[in-house]
Amino acid sequence: MTREEIRKAIIDILADIAPDEDTSGLKDDVGLRDQLGLDSMDFLDIVMELRKRYNVEVPSPDYPQLATMTSCLNYLSPKMA
Amino acid sequence: MRLEPLNYDVIIIGAGMSGLGAGIRLAHYGKKVCILDRHYLWGGLNSFYRLKGYRFDVGLHAMTNYVPRGTRNAPLTKLLRQLRIDYDEFDLRPQSMSATWFPGKRLRYTNEFAFFENEVAENFPHQADRFRSLVKHVLAYDALDLSVPEFSARKAVAQYLSDPLLVEMLFCPLFFYGSAVENDMDFGQFVIMFKSIYCEGLARPPEGVRRVLKVLLDKYKSVGGELRMKTGVARLDVEGGQVRGVVLENGEVLQATKVISSAGYPETMRLLSDYVPGSEGETHGQLSFVESIDVLTKEPRELGYELTIQFFSTTETFHYQKPAEPVDVRSGVICCPNNFVYERPLETPMMRVTSLANYDRWAAMDAGDYPAEKTRWHARVLDEVVKIVPDFRPWVKFTDIFTPTTVRKFTSHVNGAVYGSPIKFKTGRTHLENLFLCGTDQGMLGIVGALLSGISMANMHVLQEA
Repeated sequence: MTREEIRKAIIDILADIAPDEDTSGLKDDVGLRDQLGLDSMDFLDIVMELRKRYNVEVPSPDYPQLATMTSCLNYLSPKMA
Repeated sequence: MRLEPLNYDVIIIGAGMSGLGAGIRLAHYGKKVCILDRHYLWGGLNSFYRLKGYRFDVGLHAMTNYVPRGTRNAPLTKLLRQLRIDYDEFDLRPQSMSATWFPGKRLRYTNEFAFFENEVAENFPHQADRFRSLVKHVLAYDALDLSVPEFSARKAVAQYLSDPLLVEMLFCPLFFYGSAVENDMDFGQFVIMFKSIYCEGLARPPEGVRRVLKVLLDKYKSVGGELRMKTGVARLDVEGGQVRGVVLENGEVLQATKVISSAGYPETMRLLSDYVPGSEGETHGQLSFVESIDVLTKEPRELGYELTIQFFSTTETFHYQKPAEPVDVRSGVICCPNNFVYERPLETPMMRVTSLANYDRWAAMDAGDYPAEKTRWHARVLDEVVKIVPDFRPWVKFTDIFTPTTVRKFTSHVNGAVYGSPIKFKTGRTHLENLFLCGTDQGMLGIVGALLSGISMANMHVLQEA
Protein backbone atom coordinates (compact mmCIF):
# COMPACT_ATOMS: atom_id res chain seq x y z
CA MET A 1 0.00 0.00 0.00
CA THR A 2 1.14 3.54 -0.69
CA ARG A 3 1.44 6.04 2.11
CA GLU A 4 -1.75 7.70 0.89
CA GLU A 5 -3.62 4.37 0.89
CA ILE A 6 -2.44 3.61 4.40
CA ARG A 7 -3.60 7.06 5.46
CA LYS A 8 -7.05 6.33 4.05
CA ALA A 9 -7.10 2.93 5.76
CA ILE A 10 -6.33 4.56 9.11
CA ILE A 11 -8.98 7.23 8.62
CA ASP A 12 -11.55 4.55 7.76
CA ILE A 13 -10.72 2.76 10.98
CA LEU A 14 -10.90 5.96 13.02
CA ALA A 15 -14.26 6.86 11.47
CA ASP A 16 -15.60 3.44 12.46
CA ILE A 17 -14.28 3.67 16.00
CA ALA A 18 -15.34 7.27 16.62
CA PRO A 19 -18.28 7.93 14.27
CA ASP A 20 -19.31 11.11 16.10
CA GLU A 21 -15.93 12.78 15.54
CA ASP A 22 -14.94 14.67 12.40
CA THR A 23 -12.08 12.76 10.76
CA SER A 24 -11.94 14.91 7.63
CA GLY A 25 -9.62 17.66 8.87
CA LEU A 26 -7.14 15.67 10.97
CA LYS A 27 -3.79 17.33 11.53
CA ASP A 28 -0.92 14.95 10.86
CA ASP A 29 1.30 16.03 13.72
CA VAL A 30 -1.22 16.54 16.52
CA GLY A 31 -2.01 13.61 18.82
CA LEU A 32 -5.01 11.54 17.74
CA ARG A 33 -5.94 11.16 21.40
CA ASP A 34 -6.69 14.86 21.74
CA GLN A 35 -8.05 15.47 18.27
CA LEU A 36 -10.62 12.67 18.46
CA GLY A 37 -11.01 12.24 22.21
CA LEU A 38 -9.57 8.71 22.04
CA ASP A 39 -8.73 6.66 25.13
CA SER A 40 -6.70 3.48 25.64
CA MET A 41 -9.70 1.31 24.71
CA ASP A 42 -9.89 3.11 21.36
CA PHE A 43 -6.18 2.58 20.72
CA LEU A 44 -6.67 -1.12 21.39
CA ASP A 45 -9.34 -0.97 18.69
CA ILE A 46 -7.03 0.65 16.17
CA VAL A 47 -4.62 -2.23 16.74
CA MET A 48 -7.38 -4.84 16.59
CA GLU A 49 -8.86 -3.39 13.39
CA LEU A 50 -5.42 -3.30 11.73
CA ARG A 51 -5.06 -6.98 12.54
CA LYS A 52 -8.59 -7.85 11.42
CA ARG A 53 -8.51 -5.90 8.16
CA TYR A 54 -4.86 -6.03 7.08
CA ASN A 55 -3.30 -8.81 9.15
CA VAL A 56 -0.84 -6.30 10.61
CA GLU A 57 0.46 -7.00 14.10
CA VAL A 58 1.23 -4.12 16.46
CA PRO A 59 2.81 -5.48 19.65
CA SER A 60 1.85 -3.55 22.78
CA PRO A 61 5.30 -1.94 23.34
CA ASP A 62 4.77 -0.26 19.93
CA TYR A 63 1.39 1.36 20.77
CA PRO A 64 3.03 4.79 21.31
CA GLN A 65 3.96 4.70 17.60
CA LEU A 66 0.26 5.23 16.84
CA ALA A 67 0.11 8.60 18.62
CA THR A 68 -0.16 10.86 15.56
CA MET A 69 -1.03 10.31 11.90
CA THR A 70 2.58 10.95 10.91
CA SER A 71 3.94 8.45 13.44
CA CYS A 72 1.30 5.92 12.34
CA LEU A 73 2.36 6.27 8.72
CA ASN A 74 6.07 6.00 9.55
CA TYR A 75 5.49 2.94 11.65
CA LEU A 76 2.97 1.15 9.41
CA SER A 77 4.48 1.88 5.97
CA PRO A 78 7.13 -0.88 6.14
CA LYS A 79 4.57 -3.32 7.62
CA MET A 80 1.90 -2.61 5.00
CA ALA A 81 4.15 -2.10 1.99
CA MET B 1 -19.47 -43.15 18.20
CA ARG B 2 -18.64 -40.35 20.60
CA LEU B 3 -18.76 -36.80 19.26
CA GLU B 4 -15.95 -34.44 20.12
CA PRO B 5 -17.22 -31.70 22.47
CA LEU B 6 -17.93 -28.32 20.86
CA ASN B 7 -14.95 -26.10 21.30
CA TYR B 8 -15.12 -22.31 21.72
CA ASP B 9 -12.56 -19.58 22.17
CA VAL B 10 -14.73 -18.12 24.94
CA ILE B 11 -17.82 -19.29 26.77
CA ILE B 12 -19.73 -16.59 28.62
CA ILE B 13 -22.09 -17.52 31.45
CA GLY B 14 -25.13 -15.24 31.56
CA ALA B 15 -26.89 -13.22 28.84
CA GLY B 16 -27.23 -10.06 30.91
CA MET B 17 -25.80 -6.67 30.02
CA SER B 18 -22.21 -7.58 30.88
CA GLY B 19 -22.29 -10.94 29.09
CA LEU B 20 -23.74 -9.36 25.96
CA GLY B 21 -21.18 -6.52 26.10
CA ALA B 22 -18.31 -9.00 26.36
CA GLY B 23 -19.83 -11.23 23.69
CA ILE B 24 -20.19 -8.41 21.14
CA ARG B 25 -16.56 -7.35 21.59
CA LEU B 26 -15.21 -10.87 21.23
CA ALA B 27 -17.37 -11.90 18.28
CA HIS B 28 -16.61 -8.61 16.48
CA TYR B 29 -12.94 -9.55 16.59
CA GLY B 30 -13.51 -13.03 15.21
CA LYS B 31 -13.55 -15.06 18.41
CA LYS B 32 -15.80 -18.10 18.49
CA VAL B 33 -18.09 -17.16 21.36
CA CYS B 34 -21.09 -18.78 23.01
CA ILE B 35 -23.25 -17.15 25.68
CA LEU B 36 -25.16 -19.56 27.91
CA ASP B 37 -28.18 -18.57 29.98
CA ARG B 38 -30.44 -20.64 32.17
CA HIS B 39 -33.59 -18.64 31.41
CA TYR B 40 -35.73 -18.22 28.33
CA LEU B 41 -35.35 -14.41 28.39
CA TRP B 42 -32.09 -12.54 28.19
CA GLY B 43 -31.18 -9.46 30.24
CA GLY B 44 -30.35 -10.99 33.64
CA LEU B 45 -31.01 -8.37 36.32
CA ASN B 46 -32.45 -6.10 33.65
CA SER B 47 -35.10 -8.13 31.96
CA PHE B 48 -38.73 -7.73 30.98
CA TYR B 49 -42.01 -9.60 31.02
CA ARG B 50 -45.61 -9.40 29.92
CA LEU B 51 -48.51 -9.98 32.26
CA LYS B 52 -52.25 -9.46 31.67
CA GLY B 53 -51.40 -7.65 28.46
CA TYR B 54 -49.06 -5.16 30.14
CA ARG B 55 -45.36 -4.87 29.35
CA PHE B 56 -43.14 -4.51 32.39
CA ASP B 57 -39.43 -3.98 32.93
CA VAL B 58 -37.46 -5.61 35.70
CA GLY B 59 -34.57 -3.70 37.16
CA LEU B 60 -34.38 -0.68 34.92
CA HIS B 61 -35.90 2.48 36.36
CA ALA B 62 -33.70 4.66 34.24
CA MET B 63 -30.36 4.46 32.57
CA THR B 64 -27.83 6.55 34.47
CA ASN B 65 -24.84 8.17 32.73
CA TYR B 66 -27.01 10.00 30.18
CA VAL B 67 -24.97 12.43 28.07
CA PRO B 68 -25.73 14.05 24.72
CA ARG B 69 -24.40 12.52 21.50
CA GLY B 70 -20.71 13.09 20.90
CA THR B 71 -19.78 13.83 24.55
CA ARG B 72 -16.16 12.88 25.01
CA ASN B 73 -14.77 10.73 27.82
CA ALA B 74 -18.18 9.69 29.11
CA PRO B 75 -19.02 6.06 29.95
CA LEU B 76 -22.10 5.98 27.69
CA THR B 77 -20.30 7.23 24.59
CA LYS B 78 -17.27 5.04 25.36
CA LEU B 79 -19.37 1.90 25.41
CA LEU B 80 -21.25 2.84 22.24
CA ARG B 81 -17.90 3.25 20.49
CA GLN B 82 -16.62 -0.05 21.77
CA LEU B 83 -19.76 -1.90 20.67
CA ARG B 84 -20.06 -0.03 17.33
CA ILE B 85 -23.59 1.01 18.21
CA ASP B 86 -24.96 4.32 16.98
CA TYR B 87 -26.05 6.80 19.66
CA ASP B 88 -29.64 6.91 18.37
CA GLU B 89 -30.16 3.16 18.57
CA PHE B 90 -30.83 3.13 22.32
CA ASP B 91 -33.49 5.80 21.72
CA LEU B 92 -32.82 7.47 25.08
CA ARG B 93 -35.16 10.20 26.33
CA PRO B 94 -34.01 12.37 29.23
CA GLN B 95 -35.77 12.55 32.59
CA SER B 96 -37.82 15.60 33.45
CA MET B 97 -36.68 16.01 37.06
CA SER B 98 -35.88 13.73 39.98
CA ALA B 99 -35.42 14.31 43.71
CA THR B 100 -34.29 12.97 47.04
CA TRP B 101 -36.85 13.43 49.81
CA PHE B 102 -35.98 13.43 53.52
CA PRO B 103 -38.05 14.82 56.39
CA GLY B 104 -38.31 18.56 55.79
CA LYS B 105 -35.98 18.65 52.77
CA ARG B 106 -36.14 17.86 49.08
CA LEU B 107 -33.09 18.03 46.78
CA ARG B 108 -34.03 18.06 43.11
CA TYR B 109 -31.86 17.27 40.11
CA THR B 110 -32.10 17.37 36.35
CA ASN B 111 -29.60 16.35 33.69
CA GLU B 112 -27.87 19.75 34.17
CA PHE B 113 -25.36 19.53 37.00
CA ALA B 114 -25.45 23.29 37.66
CA PHE B 115 -29.10 22.93 38.69
CA PHE B 116 -28.16 20.39 41.37
CA GLU B 117 -25.22 22.46 42.65
CA ASN B 118 -27.57 25.37 43.05
CA GLU B 119 -30.16 23.19 44.76
CA VAL B 120 -27.56 22.05 47.33
CA ALA B 121 -26.43 25.65 47.89
CA GLU B 122 -30.01 26.84 48.47
CA ASN B 123 -30.96 24.02 50.82
CA PHE B 124 -27.64 23.83 52.66
CA PRO B 125 -26.11 27.33 52.32
CA HIS B 126 -23.53 26.68 55.06
CA GLN B 127 -22.28 23.61 53.11
CA ALA B 128 -22.12 25.21 49.65
CA ASP B 129 -18.35 25.81 49.56
CA ARG B 130 -17.59 22.45 51.11
CA PHE B 131 -19.84 20.78 48.54
CA ARG B 132 -17.99 22.52 45.70
CA SER B 133 -14.67 21.22 47.07
CA LEU B 134 -16.09 17.71 47.24
CA VAL B 135 -17.26 17.98 43.62
CA LYS B 136 -13.82 19.17 42.54
CA HIS B 137 -12.23 16.18 44.26
CA VAL B 138 -14.76 13.76 42.72
CA LEU B 139 -14.24 15.11 39.20
CA ALA B 140 -10.45 14.86 39.46
CA TYR B 141 -10.47 11.34 40.93
CA ASP B 142 -9.50 8.40 38.69
CA ALA B 143 -12.04 5.78 39.75
CA LEU B 144 -11.04 3.39 36.99
CA ASP B 145 -7.55 2.79 38.37
CA LEU B 146 -7.84 -0.89 39.34
CA SER B 147 -4.72 -0.75 41.52
CA VAL B 148 -6.24 1.52 44.20
CA PRO B 149 -7.49 -0.50 47.19
CA GLU B 150 -11.08 0.09 48.35
CA PHE B 151 -11.74 2.61 51.09
CA SER B 152 -14.81 4.00 52.84
CA ALA B 153 -16.71 6.67 50.91
CA ARG B 154 -18.39 7.80 54.14
CA LYS B 155 -15.02 8.63 55.68
CA ALA B 156 -13.83 10.40 52.53
CA VAL B 157 -17.00 12.50 52.24
CA ALA B 158 -16.89 13.38 55.95
CA GLN B 159 -13.64 15.24 55.26
CA TYR B 160 -15.66 17.66 53.13
CA LEU B 161 -19.22 17.81 54.43
CA SER B 162 -20.21 18.38 58.04
CA ASP B 163 -24.03 18.38 57.83
CA PRO B 164 -25.16 14.79 58.38
CA LEU B 165 -28.50 15.36 56.61
CA LEU B 166 -26.78 16.48 53.40
CA VAL B 167 -24.48 13.46 53.60
CA GLU B 168 -27.44 11.10 53.99
CA MET B 169 -29.30 12.75 51.14
CA LEU B 170 -26.29 12.59 48.79
CA PHE B 171 -25.65 8.94 49.54
CA CYS B 172 -29.28 7.76 49.40
CA PRO B 173 -29.64 7.51 45.57
CA LEU B 174 -26.11 6.15 45.20
CA PHE B 175 -26.79 3.36 47.70
CA PHE B 176 -30.09 2.43 46.10
CA TYR B 177 -28.65 2.39 42.58
CA GLY B 178 -25.56 0.41 43.30
CA SER B 179 -24.14 -0.46 46.68
CA ALA B 180 -23.67 -4.08 47.65
CA VAL B 181 -22.32 -2.93 51.03
CA GLU B 182 -24.57 -1.96 53.94
CA ASN B 183 -24.48 1.75 54.88
CA ASP B 184 -21.29 2.52 52.98
CA MET B 185 -19.57 2.02 49.66
CA ASP B 186 -16.10 2.07 48.18
CA PHE B 187 -15.01 5.63 47.38
CA GLY B 188 -14.21 4.68 43.77
CA GLN B 189 -17.75 3.36 43.44
CA PHE B 190 -19.06 6.57 45.04
CA VAL B 191 -17.25 8.63 42.40
CA ILE B 192 -18.62 6.51 39.55
CA MET B 193 -22.17 6.68 40.91
CA PHE B 194 -21.99 10.39 41.78
CA LYS B 195 -20.98 11.24 38.23
CA SER B 196 -23.47 8.85 36.68
CA ILE B 197 -26.50 10.25 38.52
CA TYR B 198 -25.72 13.85 39.47
CA CYS B 199 -23.18 15.04 36.87
CA GLU B 200 -24.49 13.10 33.87
CA GLY B 201 -28.09 12.10 34.38
CA LEU B 202 -31.02 9.81 33.78
CA ALA B 203 -32.77 8.68 30.62
CA ARG B 204 -34.95 5.88 29.33
CA PRO B 205 -36.08 4.56 25.95
CA PRO B 206 -39.88 4.76 25.48
CA GLU B 207 -39.89 0.97 25.06
CA GLY B 208 -37.85 0.52 28.23
CA VAL B 209 -35.15 -2.08 28.66
CA ARG B 210 -36.52 -4.14 25.74
CA ARG B 211 -35.07 -1.59 23.36
CA VAL B 212 -31.59 -1.71 24.85
CA LEU B 213 -31.58 -5.51 24.93
CA LYS B 214 -32.87 -5.81 21.36
CA VAL B 215 -30.08 -3.55 20.10
CA LEU B 216 -27.47 -5.57 22.00
CA LEU B 217 -28.82 -8.94 20.91
CA ASP B 218 -29.14 -7.92 17.24
CA LYS B 219 -25.59 -6.63 17.36
CA TYR B 220 -24.28 -9.78 19.00
CA LYS B 221 -25.92 -11.98 16.36
CA SER B 222 -24.82 -9.75 13.48
CA VAL B 223 -21.17 -10.21 14.45
CA GLY B 224 -21.58 -13.98 14.61
CA GLY B 225 -22.07 -14.65 18.32
CA GLU B 226 -23.93 -17.76 19.45
CA LEU B 227 -26.57 -17.58 22.18
CA ARG B 228 -28.09 -20.58 23.92
CA MET B 229 -31.05 -19.83 26.16
CA LYS B 230 -32.62 -22.32 28.59
CA THR B 231 -29.11 -23.72 28.93
CA GLY B 232 -28.00 -23.78 32.55
CA VAL B 233 -24.44 -24.62 33.53
CA ALA B 234 -24.33 -27.51 35.98
CA ARG B 235 -20.58 -27.64 36.60
CA LEU B 236 -17.21 -26.30 35.54
CA ASP B 237 -14.69 -29.15 35.43
CA VAL B 238 -11.40 -28.04 36.95
CA GLU B 239 -8.05 -29.67 36.36
CA GLY B 240 -4.53 -28.32 36.78
CA GLY B 241 -5.64 -24.81 37.74
CA GLN B 242 -7.87 -24.41 34.69
CA VAL B 243 -11.46 -24.89 33.65
CA ARG B 244 -11.32 -27.83 31.25
CA GLY B 245 -14.98 -28.37 30.51
CA VAL B 246 -18.33 -26.65 30.87
CA VAL B 247 -20.95 -29.24 31.80
CA LEU B 248 -24.50 -28.23 30.99
CA GLU B 249 -27.58 -29.20 32.97
CA ASN B 250 -28.63 -31.47 30.09
CA GLY B 251 -25.35 -33.38 30.44
CA GLU B 252 -23.71 -31.96 27.33
CA VAL B 253 -20.06 -30.93 27.72
CA LEU B 254 -18.59 -27.85 26.01
CA GLN B 255 -14.97 -26.77 25.91
CA ALA B 256 -13.50 -23.29 25.81
CA THR B 257 -10.06 -21.75 25.98
CA LYS B 258 -11.47 -19.13 28.37
CA VAL B 259 -14.62 -18.81 30.44
CA ILE B 260 -16.08 -15.47 31.52
CA SER B 261 -18.81 -15.71 34.15
CA SER B 262 -21.33 -13.03 34.99
CA ALA B 263 -23.09 -15.33 37.46
CA GLY B 264 -21.50 -13.67 40.49
CA TYR B 265 -18.44 -14.70 42.51
CA PRO B 266 -19.90 -17.16 45.05
CA GLU B 267 -22.33 -18.45 42.42
CA THR B 268 -19.45 -19.15 40.03
CA MET B 269 -17.29 -20.78 42.72
CA ARG B 270 -20.15 -23.15 43.54
CA LEU B 271 -20.06 -24.41 39.93
CA LEU B 272 -16.44 -25.57 40.21
CA SER B 273 -15.97 -29.33 40.33
CA ASP B 274 -13.48 -28.94 43.20
CA TYR B 275 -15.60 -26.43 45.15
CA VAL B 276 -15.15 -26.65 48.91
CA PRO B 277 -18.23 -25.28 50.72
CA GLY B 278 -17.40 -22.05 52.53
CA SER B 279 -14.30 -21.33 50.41
CA GLU B 280 -16.01 -18.31 48.84
CA GLY B 281 -15.61 -16.42 52.13
CA GLU B 282 -17.70 -13.35 52.97
CA THR B 283 -19.05 -12.85 49.48
CA HIS B 284 -22.73 -13.42 50.11
CA GLY B 285 -24.58 -10.14 49.61
CA GLN B 286 -27.38 -9.22 51.99
CA LEU B 287 -29.14 -6.45 50.11
CA SER B 288 -32.30 -7.31 48.30
CA PHE B 289 -35.50 -5.52 47.35
CA VAL B 290 -39.21 -5.82 46.85
CA GLU B 291 -40.66 -3.92 43.97
CA SER B 292 -44.26 -3.17 43.13
CA ILE B 293 -45.65 -1.97 39.84
CA ASP B 294 -49.05 -0.30 40.06
CA VAL B 295 -50.82 0.17 36.74
CA LEU B 296 -53.03 3.28 36.88
CA THR B 297 -56.12 4.36 34.97
CA LYS B 298 -54.74 7.91 34.85
CA GLU B 299 -51.44 9.50 33.84
CA PRO B 300 -49.48 10.45 36.99
CA ARG B 301 -49.22 13.96 35.49
CA GLU B 302 -53.02 14.26 35.65
CA LEU B 303 -52.72 13.61 39.37
CA GLY B 304 -50.24 16.47 39.59
CA TYR B 305 -47.10 14.32 39.70
CA GLU B 306 -44.28 15.45 37.41
CA LEU B 307 -41.12 13.92 38.89
CA THR B 308 -39.30 11.03 37.24
CA ILE B 309 -37.66 9.34 40.22
CA GLN B 310 -37.73 10.05 43.94
CA PHE B 311 -35.44 8.47 46.46
CA PHE B 312 -36.80 8.86 49.97
CA SER B 313 -36.21 8.21 53.61
CA THR B 314 -38.81 9.09 56.22
CA THR B 315 -36.08 9.02 58.90
CA GLU B 316 -33.24 11.57 59.02
CA THR B 317 -30.71 8.76 59.15
CA PHE B 318 -31.11 6.53 56.15
CA HIS B 319 -30.74 2.82 56.94
CA TYR B 320 -29.30 1.12 53.90
CA GLN B 321 -29.19 -2.39 55.32
CA LYS B 322 -30.99 -5.68 55.42
CA PRO B 323 -34.11 -5.00 57.47
CA ALA B 324 -35.25 -7.24 60.32
CA GLU B 325 -38.77 -7.29 58.90
CA PRO B 326 -39.64 -8.60 55.41
CA VAL B 327 -39.73 -5.02 54.05
CA ASP B 328 -38.28 -1.72 55.27
CA VAL B 329 -41.10 0.75 54.63
CA ARG B 330 -39.10 3.73 55.93
CA SER B 331 -37.26 4.31 52.67
CA GLY B 332 -37.47 3.51 48.99
CA VAL B 333 -37.36 4.58 45.38
CA ILE B 334 -40.45 5.81 43.56
CA CYS B 335 -40.15 5.66 39.79
CA CYS B 336 -42.63 6.96 37.26
CA PRO B 337 -41.60 5.60 33.82
CA ASN B 338 -44.17 7.93 32.23
CA ASN B 339 -42.37 11.07 33.40
CA PHE B 340 -39.50 11.16 30.95
CA VAL B 341 -39.54 13.60 28.05
CA TYR B 342 -41.28 11.61 25.31
CA GLU B 343 -43.02 12.81 22.15
CA ARG B 344 -46.20 10.99 23.12
CA PRO B 345 -47.39 9.41 26.37
CA LEU B 346 -46.55 5.77 27.06
CA GLU B 347 -49.27 3.19 26.55
CA THR B 348 -49.55 2.29 30.24
CA PRO B 349 -49.48 4.76 33.15
CA MET B 350 -47.68 3.22 36.12
CA MET B 351 -45.84 3.83 39.37
CA ARG B 352 -43.04 1.59 40.57
CA VAL B 353 -41.83 1.48 44.16
CA THR B 354 -38.69 -0.32 45.32
CA SER B 355 -37.95 -1.00 48.99
CA LEU B 356 -35.22 -2.81 50.92
CA ALA B 357 -36.23 -6.33 51.88
CA ASN B 358 -35.07 -9.33 53.86
CA TYR B 359 -34.47 -12.42 51.72
CA ASP B 360 -34.60 -14.90 54.61
CA ARG B 361 -38.01 -13.72 55.76
CA TRP B 362 -39.49 -14.09 52.28
CA ALA B 363 -37.77 -17.42 51.63
CA ALA B 364 -39.10 -18.83 54.93
CA MET B 365 -42.72 -17.94 54.17
CA ASP B 366 -45.25 -20.66 53.63
CA ALA B 367 -46.21 -20.78 49.95
CA GLY B 368 -49.85 -20.33 50.96
CA ASP B 369 -49.10 -17.10 52.86
CA TYR B 370 -46.83 -15.57 50.23
CA PRO B 371 -49.44 -13.85 48.01
CA ALA B 372 -51.25 -12.31 51.00
CA GLU B 373 -47.95 -11.17 52.54
CA LYS B 374 -47.01 -9.45 49.28
CA THR B 375 -50.32 -7.58 49.27
CA ARG B 376 -50.07 -6.66 52.95
CA TRP B 377 -46.52 -5.27 52.66
CA HIS B 378 -47.35 -3.46 49.45
CA ALA B 379 -50.20 -1.66 51.25
CA ARG B 380 -47.83 -0.66 54.06
CA VAL B 381 -45.25 0.65 51.57
CA LEU B 382 -47.90 2.76 49.80
CA ASP B 383 -49.07 4.21 53.14
CA GLU B 384 -45.61 5.83 53.37
CA VAL B 385 -45.24 6.64 49.66
CA VAL B 386 -48.41 8.72 49.48
CA LYS B 387 -46.94 11.08 52.07
CA ILE B 388 -44.42 12.01 49.36
CA VAL B 389 -46.35 11.72 46.08
CA PRO B 390 -50.04 12.37 45.26
CA ASP B 391 -52.23 9.52 46.50
CA PHE B 392 -52.59 7.37 43.39
CA ARG B 393 -54.23 4.41 45.15
CA PRO B 394 -57.80 5.11 43.94
CA TRP B 395 -56.58 4.81 40.32
CA VAL B 396 -54.76 1.48 40.64
CA LYS B 397 -56.25 -1.15 38.32
CA PHE B 398 -53.56 -3.80 38.47
CA THR B 399 -50.57 -4.54 40.70
CA ASP B 400 -47.62 -6.86 40.29
CA ILE B 401 -45.02 -7.36 42.99
CA PHE B 402 -41.67 -9.11 43.04
CA THR B 403 -39.74 -10.07 46.15
CA PRO B 404 -36.19 -11.25 46.98
CA THR B 405 -37.20 -14.82 46.18
CA THR B 406 -38.21 -13.70 42.68
CA VAL B 407 -34.78 -12.08 42.29
CA ARG B 408 -33.15 -15.29 43.45
CA LYS B 409 -35.17 -17.33 40.98
CA PHE B 410 -34.34 -15.20 37.95
CA THR B 411 -30.76 -14.15 38.68
CA SER B 412 -29.58 -17.16 40.72
CA HIS B 413 -27.95 -14.62 43.08
CA VAL B 414 -27.39 -15.97 46.58
CA ASN B 415 -29.88 -14.29 48.99
CA GLY B 416 -31.55 -12.56 46.02
CA ALA B 417 -28.75 -10.00 46.46
CA VAL B 418 -29.42 -7.62 43.59
CA TYR B 419 -25.96 -6.02 43.67
CA GLY B 420 -24.13 -9.24 44.47
CA SER B 421 -21.16 -9.67 46.75
CA PRO B 422 -20.03 -6.90 49.13
CA ILE B 423 -16.47 -7.78 48.09
CA LYS B 424 -15.74 -6.97 44.44
CA PHE B 425 -13.12 -8.42 42.11
CA LYS B 426 -12.04 -5.44 40.04
CA THR B 427 -9.45 -7.21 37.91
CA GLY B 428 -11.96 -9.96 37.06
CA ARG B 429 -9.36 -12.62 37.80
CA THR B 430 -10.04 -15.76 39.80
CA HIS B 431 -7.67 -18.40 41.21
CA LEU B 432 -8.11 -20.30 37.93
CA GLU B 433 -5.97 -19.22 35.00
CA ASN B 434 -8.70 -19.18 32.34
CA LEU B 435 -11.78 -18.23 34.40
CA PHE B 436 -12.75 -14.56 34.69
CA LEU B 437 -15.63 -12.59 36.17
CA CYS B 438 -17.63 -9.80 34.61
CA GLY B 439 -20.77 -7.92 35.67
CA THR B 440 -22.03 -7.27 39.16
CA ASP B 441 -19.19 -8.90 41.11
CA GLN B 442 -16.47 -7.38 38.95
CA GLY B 443 -17.78 -4.22 40.54
CA MET B 444 -19.37 -2.06 37.87
CA LEU B 445 -23.08 -1.57 38.39
CA GLY B 446 -26.01 -0.17 36.50
CA ILE B 447 -26.69 -0.86 32.84
CA VAL B 448 -23.88 1.32 31.56
CA GLY B 449 -21.50 -0.01 34.23
CA ALA B 450 -22.38 -3.63 33.48
CA LEU B 451 -21.85 -3.15 29.75
CA LEU B 452 -18.49 -1.49 30.41
CA SER B 453 -17.58 -4.34 32.73
CA GLY B 454 -18.17 -6.91 30.00
CA ILE B 455 -16.30 -4.80 27.47
CA SER B 456 -13.28 -4.17 29.67
CA MET B 457 -12.99 -7.78 30.84
CA ALA B 458 -13.17 -9.01 27.23
CA ASN B 459 -10.51 -6.47 26.27
CA MET B 460 -8.20 -7.16 29.19
CA HIS B 461 -8.38 -10.94 29.40
CA VAL B 462 -8.95 -12.00 25.81
CA LEU B 463 -8.26 -9.35 23.16
CA GLN B 464 -5.15 -7.75 24.66
CA GLU B 465 -3.68 -11.17 25.38
CA ALA B 466 -3.83 -12.30 21.79
